[in-house]
Amino acid sequence: MAVKKFVVGCFEEEDVLFNAVKKVRKAGYKLHDVYTPMPIHGLDTAMGLRDTSLHTAGFVYGITGTTIALSSISWIFTTDWPLDIGGKPHLALPAWVPICFEFTVLCAAVGMVLTFCYLCQLAPFVKKHHFDLRATDDKFVMVIECTDKTNVEEVKAFLSGAGAQEINVQHAETGWWLGRYDKERKLFEEKTETVTA
Amino acid sequence: MASKYESLVRPPLVDGTKTYHQVTEDIVRPIEAPPTRAWWIGFIISVILLLFGAYSIYREVTYGVGQWNLNKTIGWGWDITNFVWWVGIGHAGTLISAILLLFRQGWRTGVNRAAEAMTIFAVMCAGQFPIWHMGRVWMAFFVMPYPNTRGPLWVNFNSPLLWDVFAISTYFTVSLLFWYSGLLPDLATIRDRAKLKWRKHMYGVLSFGWTGSTKHWQRHESLSLVLAGLSTPLVLSVHTIVSFDFATSVIPGWHTTIFPPYFVAGAIFSGFAMVQTLLLVTRKVLKLEDYITIEHIEVMNKVIVLTGSIVGIAYLTELFISWYGANKYENWAFFQNRLNLFSPYGWSYWLMMGCNVLSPQIFWFRKMRRNIVVTFFMSVIVNIGMWFERFVIIVTSIYRDYIPSSWATYYRPTIWEVGFYLGTFGLFFTCYFLFSKFFPVIAIAEIKHILKRSGESYKAKMVDVEAKTVEEYYHETQHAHH
Repeated sequence: MAVKKFVVGCFEEEDVLFNAVKKVRKAGYKLHDVYTPMPIHGLDTAMGLRDTSLHTAGFVYGITGTTIALSSISWIFTTDWPLDIGGKPHLALPAWVPICFEFTVLCAAVGMVLTFCYLCQLAPFVKKHHFDLRATDDKFVMVIECTDKTNVEEVKAFLSGAGAQEINVQHAETGWWLGRYDKERKLFEEKTETVTA
Repeated sequence: MASKYESLVRPPLVDGTKTYHQVTEDIVRPIEAPPTRAWWIGFIISVILLLFGAYSIYREVTYGVGQWNLNKTIGWGWDITNFVWWVGIGHAGTLISAILLLFRQGWRTGVNRAAEAMTIFAVMCAGQFPIWHMGRVWMAFFVMPYPNTRGPLWVNFNSPLLWDVFAISTYFTVSLLFWYSGLLPDLATIRDRAKLKWRKHMYGVLSFGWTGSTKHWQRHESLSLVLAGLSTPLVLSVHTIVSFDFATSVIPGWHTTIFPPYFVAGAIFSGFAMVQTLLLVTRKVLKLEDYITIEHIEVMNKVIVLTGSIVGIAYLTELFISWYGANKYENWAFFQNRLNLFSPYGWSYWLMMGCNVLSPQIFWFRKMRRNIVVTFFMSVIVNIGMWFERFVIIVTSIYRDYIPSSWATYYRPTIWEVGFYLGTFGLFFTCYFLFSKFFPVIAIAEIKHILKRSGESYKAKMVDVEAKTVEEYYHETQHAHH
């Protein structure tokens, strides 16, 4: 995760941001990400992001849960320990509906939340670079990545034309690292190696 | 732009002219300010109650369930009554966050966070009762189904008591995940505003490194929606399964098919009452009247009058069926043990009827629904009534069993049984006080999400739009889009 150069624009209004996102894509700049204080419906489509398949994963986890519950209970009560409980049949399917249902929900929910955390790289002690701290308060922050060919001044002018209120240039790591928010630490420290001849 | 057709009759969900920053300020202020005197007093009282509860449990573990006056006839007393009551309280939170999310009810945003927290704390309290009720509590792990060294000894998957184990633990886990995943963005908001070092660190750890990236929001929305879809049948299933503890038995007074829907309605009824009790105090103390408005309170009162009436119909149906079914034991349970005011527990049945069925009818009047004092008083009455519902079901059904020689004369709880109940109040309020001090009691991001659509200033602008003809409006929006 190398350090990259970004042009950061802060917007005040989500409507202005929407149009700016469309313009950026048309102009062909490399849109790194947009950070907002709340979910904005349709922004993902405007940015050209693929729809998430988290719900499909949830379905798979759920089905897995049902299968595990149903197969283990039937194995236990018919093969491993066939016990006569009040003359009820060993394969008492209706009586297993509650547990199978609960286990399905449990597996789907836990699996989805873990997958969500994995996909978004969220965990305790995970630290990321924040382009603007007000992005979780009231600012809409658009970040454009600079490549070798990018003219920074041009991007700045472009963002200001698109309605950005504040614009600045930052060098940042895009990934995540383990760290504390009250202490500054980067993933890669710049080390000077001493070479002994 | 569809808002042209949104009715103006609907009042704004957020009062006053707020900006996004103002919303953050208002909700985070109590967290950043030092705790008030009232907070300390409430917190200390809760902790004392909690300690008393812990001592009561210590007595019970040391001397056995006899400490609770339980015996062969009265096997379930206050403990299971309290268990069912606390689980019921929990239901409103999940209902608000899940079912209302699926039904796209905007008003849930103001109350969902506190209600979900209430759910989690209530389920924590509820879970205590069956566990300590086991008597030899060190054997509690026997309810876990796993290949073990005790021979081929498995749990009974056909037993409603085991279904309970699965239902309550799943309910707790899913509610916790739902609540916490919703908290992540708001914790990040607090972290990014924090000036103090420890606060930056604490909320940095708690917020999991949330940035507010669009892709993350997209997944977050998808996650919330699917969790809501999973929780919706879960809400209904949990109290249904709790009711199976009774309904699948052959005890007169418990053996009824109406129990599942009747228990679910009762759970929502008591849960909303508890949400009212908590939020009326919270909004006042934390000065959040603009976010938890009188409209929110009125809507919840409507839910209370609806579910209270459903519960009332269920009571009448039970009586009718016990008469129509012509089973003499059932008949005895309903008409002698309960309905007869002069029987030993007749008073509790009529107290339940009065609190749950008659008194909420006051909410047919709009003036009463919007009256804070009446609402607060009623919310407490409803919770008392719903506690007595569980008490009536349990105690009046079992204190006189099939063998008159073992009839209990009168069941009175001991101080340690009462102490355990008070202890769970201590646990509940200790958790709630800590929650209201360190976490945002209102979902900040969700309020911001509905602010433009349902804020007061926006509604005011809509009046101008509504005044225009459809042609004018169409003309304007067409231009705005090109």
